[in-house]
Amino acid sequence: MLEIRNLTASIGGNRVLNGVNLTVERGEVHAIMGPNGSGKSTLSNVLAGHPQYIVESGEAVLDGEDLLALPAEERARAGVFLCFQHPVEVPGVRLDQFLRAGYNAIHKSKGLEELDPLQFDRLLQGKAGIVNMEPSMLKRSVNDGFSGGEKKRNEILQMAMLEPRLSILDEPDSGLDVDSLRLVADGINQLRSPDRSVILITHYQRILNLVVPDVVNVLMGGRIVRTGGVELAEEIETEGYEGQDEVLQAQG
Amino acid sequence: MTQKTATRERRYVEAWNDAIASAPDVSAELRALRESAIAKFEEVGFPTARRGNEAWKYTDVAPIASADFDDLVPPLPVRVATEALDQHIMGGSVWNRMVFVDGHWVPSLTSLPSLPPQVTVTSLARAMSLHPHLVRDLGHYQSYDESGFTALNTAFLRDGAVLIVPHDTVVEEPIHFIYLSSSEGRSSVTQPRTLVSMGRNSKAAVIESYGALTDSASLTNAVSEFVLDEGAHLDAWRLQQHSAEAYHVGSAQVRLGRNSRFTSGAFDFGGAIARHTLSVALEGEGSECTLYGLYMTNGGQHVDNQVLVEHVAPHTTSEQIYKGVLNGKSRGVFHGSITVQQAAQKTNAKQTDRNLLLSDEAEVDTKPALWIYADDVRCGHGAACGKLDDSALFYLQSRGIDEASAKRMLVHGFANEVLDHVGLTPLRVHLEQLITATLRSSERHA
Repeated sequence: MLEIRNLTASIGGNRVLNGVNLTVERGEVHAIMGPNGSGKSTLSNVLAGHPQYIVESGEAVLDGEDLLALPAEERARAGVFLCFQHPVEVPGVRLDQFLRAGYNAIHKSKGLEELDPLQFDRLLQGKAGIVNMEPSMLKRSVNDGFSGGEKKRNEILQMAMLEPRLSILDEPDSGLDVDSLRLVADGINQLRSPDRSVILITHYQRILNLVVPDVVNVLMGGRIVRTGGVELAEEIETEGYEGQDEVLQAQG
Repeated sequence: MTQKTATRERRYVEAWNDAIASAPDVSAELRALRESAIAKFEEVGFPTARRGNEAWKYTDVAPIASADFDDLVPPLPVRVATEALDQHIMGGSVWNRMVFVDGHWVPSLTSLPSLPPQVTVTSLARAMSLHPHLVRDLGHYQSYDESGFTALNTAFLRDGAVLIVPHDTVVEEPIHFIYLSSSEGRSSVTQPRTLVSMGRNSKAAVIESYGALTDSASLTNAVSEFVLDEGAHLDAWRLQQHSAEAYHVGSAQVRLGRNSRFTSGAFDFGGAIARHTLSVALEGEGSECTLYGLYMTNGGQHVDNQVLVEHVAPHTTSEQIYKGVLNGKSRGVFHGSITVQQAAQKTNAKQTDRNLLLSDEAEVDTKPALWIYADDVRCGHGAACGKLDDSALFYLQSRGIDEASAKRMLVHGFANEVLDHVGLTPLRVHLEQLITATLRSSERHA
């Protein structure tokens, strides 16, 4: 499904990804764990098409389609969804209108039916229940004045609406209290399906107790240095990241 | 005045002598008003962007002053192209509407379906000849010595709109004054005038809109006067949607009585040069004004808003929120001044001007001025200028929205801080359509 090969990327002249290799099969949940500055957010932004990141070499192919050749909106239409670590506040743009524009753009590109505001509202209010979001929030400006937890839940709601083939969740657990974390994790679990793949990026093992991954990868120094099962996350939780890159060298 | 500038003004004086001076249908009072105004115009002439003339420093009206307009006193057109009128109509058959073409009231295009019987809406020409007492306020509030343009309007005063709302009267539906120029293939000068008098505890909403039935490099030189008695509420929206070749100069004088409340919105989309001065005097204790503005320019347009708020009485409140969206090589000017007189203790005054620059060549001059002579006041101002937020753009695109649509959404979002206060749905929808049309037209030219 997703094939990342030897991906190298930089921002502002600094190389952050140093040859990432990763294969995510359909229906799999891949955790990517890594310390601060290991390239986690860069990887998610590069996959989603943020124009500030420069891809120097390598490829990322989603079901045969060269993602890196597409602008951000076309990646979204191809089924890529980035759950932002820091969702952007967009004053004056109403959440429901923004989301309908995205939903309809994606549906139009697939030749599917576009929804009028009434039809869309019905769908949106149904999905809002997944993350326990008040209907009144849907009429507010995108993320404007939202709490940290509300922003994260809003990202999950957007994911639920857009039904991506590949969701890249960039630290969906950061800054959340226990209740919000559970809501976000429940939301992710409800959206798991054999057709959809998830890359779950996190610093901590905590969320992986709630969203149990199929594969755990460790990203350090801009490369995947270890890959394993759930036990790898537990190992990092007890022993930390230090020395993880040496394990690779020892294996290699 | 120098010899060179004097020749620019002489054409107007000659046209005045030919067509206005001898007009038979006016009262001695109006005749005197016109005569003193033309004398004033001859004396001060058009303003120049010379050093020391702070009010006109950023706006050069030489192209207007030296323009060779075809009709300085345009006649009522024989036929009005009503098909082009539709884009200026709002509020269907519910709103009250008066239409003026080339400065003349057109009764056949006027409809007043929802007016309480005690309210007077009439044309200025009619009021001047039939009910001179109704227009005794004319010119009393808008002093014409500040700029040659106001004197020019007063000298050529022939017609306009008069609204008089008696005390304790609520006008539920808005009253829309539409001023259009029509001269096909010719350029003209029109001098619209609006006079609104709100009685004690009365309430109404008016819209003045300015535009053209056919595009031409015409000049509209408008003057408006609003007087609010104790406890009156008035919403006054001004929409300027001329073509990008036209010239528009306007001024409005507002006087607020005790506990009255005035809300205005100034929406400028058109004009090669557009300049508007809004002066509000908070004369009655407890009076309030909220002044919104949105200007959107493109190409080589130049739009200048001067907002002059004067707190005269204690416990008065004012707020100015102006926003600009500038594209192409256009230029925006915002000058907002707040004066708090010594007696105006407990004044609360705020002013913000925010601008969004959509091109590298667009430019904004924003200049706040606070003159505070009282000691117990709260005054604040802020100005900002920036480009579209790249991270917001990426956020929208990451949800499948193409770049051009995402940019349009962000501009609408920026404008919404002002538009959210436009409670009249047909006006709001109209403004949103104008924003979209302006953005689409600049995308085509990009």
